[in-house]
Amino acid sequence: MDDHSPLKQTPLHALHVSLGARMVPFAGYDMPVQYPAGVMKEHLHTRSAAGLFDVSHMGQIILKPKSGRIEDAALALETLVPVDVLGLAEGRQRYGLFTNDQGGILDDLMIANRGDHLFLVVNASCKDEDFAHLQKHLGETCDLSLLDDRALIALQGPRAECVLAELWADIATMRFMDVAEADLHDVLCIISRSGYTGEDGFEISIPAASAEDVTRRILEHPDVMPIGLGARDSLRLEAGLCLYGNDIYTETTPVEAALEWAMQKARRTGGARAGGFPGADTILRQFADGADRRRIGLKPEGKAPVRGGAPLFADAEGKTPVGSVTSGGFGPSADHPVAMGYVDIAHIPNGTQLFAEVRGKYLPVTLAALPFVTPTYKR
Amino acid sequence: MLKFTDEHEWLKIEGDVATVGITAHAAEQLGDLVFVELPEAGTVLDKGATAATVESVKAASDVYCPLDGEIVESNQAIVEDPALVNSDPQGAGWFFKLKLSDPSAVNALLDEAAYKELIA
Repeated sequence: MDDHSPLKQTPLHALHVSLGARMVPFAGYDMPVQYPAGVMKEHLHTRSAAGLFDVSHMGQIILKPKSGRIEDAALALETLVPVDVLGLAEGRQRYGLFTNDQGGILDDLMIANRGDHLFLVVNASCKDEDFAHLQKHLGETCDLSLLDDRALIALQGPRAECVLAELWADIATMRFMDVAEADLHDVLCIISRSGYTGEDGFEISIPAASAEDVTRRILEHPDVMPIGLGARDSLRLEAGLCLYGNDIYTETTPVEAALEWAMQKARRTGGARAGGFPGADTILRQFADGADRRRIGLKPEGKAPVRGGAPLFADAEGKTPVGSVTSGGFGPSADHPVAMGYVDIAHIPNGTQLFAEVRGKYLPVTLAALPFVTPTYKR
Repeated sequence: MLKFTDEHEWLKIEGDVATVGITAHAAEQLGDLVFVELPEAGTVLDKGATAATVESVKAASDVYCPLDGEIVESNQAIVEDPALVNSDPQGAGWFFKLKLSDPSAVNALLDEAAYKELIA
């Protein structure tokens, strides 16, 4: 990206500024990193009540089959993702990954079956490349559009359902990963029961022209607080969720990233539509035999946070490198530092102690199960 | 005597010892601190050397030694409870006491009015 190009603004930019947000550049957008409450309070509020996030910088893509048959769009998309898209029922959503020919991850995304089309949500930093990738490979079978006239917000936390139920009573009938359409304050929105915090919650796509109005009215609810990118990162890290560009990237495969759960049976060896996605040979071989390294959770034993990029060693002298930290920080709900990273498979037995190099010191870290907090999804 | 640096530290000078901390402005910019690492007493530091490290939920930042000197005491209370730096940055949230190699060097630092202008 050209660092000198002017920052883009989401449809909620003026709202962030009016709420006193501290704005920072993120993926080419001027985004709120925190509001006056601060990262710690925003994080804890999301886990105890409800947090509202602007994620309008993310890409919203519509994939419409030229034949009119949704199966054709699903099968076309399956050539780019190791995911069972054909088996995704109408009104359901599922996590997916774009892979490359080496089995690396180009991006992660959400895929929803909206009846006559597929609706994708991709990362902000990858959206133009993703769209070009889709155009190139799916342009003959599908009509594609990258929507620039819609905002996307997330309402996350244990009070999210009650808050939205005041606007749309049927929200309670939605299960985790359901997708529905409903009027919120007389604006037709696309709602999914999903998120990036480990909490129950919803992601809501709103026409840009009405986005500020709908968002302001949701924020009026006493249980709702606006949440910036700072707490978004600490929430997803505690939830063990990957950040594209940090924890998964073109040099990591789905098996190395411990994302086998995102590849349903139909696409695995022996499945009805096994393989047939970029890098299938490598990924399916690793699926059977394991990969040389794996993404795991790390709990620093002391109080010092261990950040992304810190090298990991088997010994306290830093002689035997075994991997590196990809994301790390303080977990406000866990109340201790939390991290994740890649470790050579030989050093992964449970309870293993490793050492992370931080400012010239070798700090003990223990392998830990992800997530660090128990998810509260309404399955 | 109270002095400031353009690295957003304050120094309360009593004789040849300066009590050093970060300004309210710096504490607000850093956000909620979760970890503080301080130099040990007896450490001799040059002006500009990394004296302490603070970490917020989001990121780590260095605190630089404002003048040449020797650490004579560090504030263990902020190691135990880093939030003190946010709640009382220019009081209970002090970082360390520095015995100055050259007490006259404080004259080159900013006074309160000059610092306020800097952050205005």
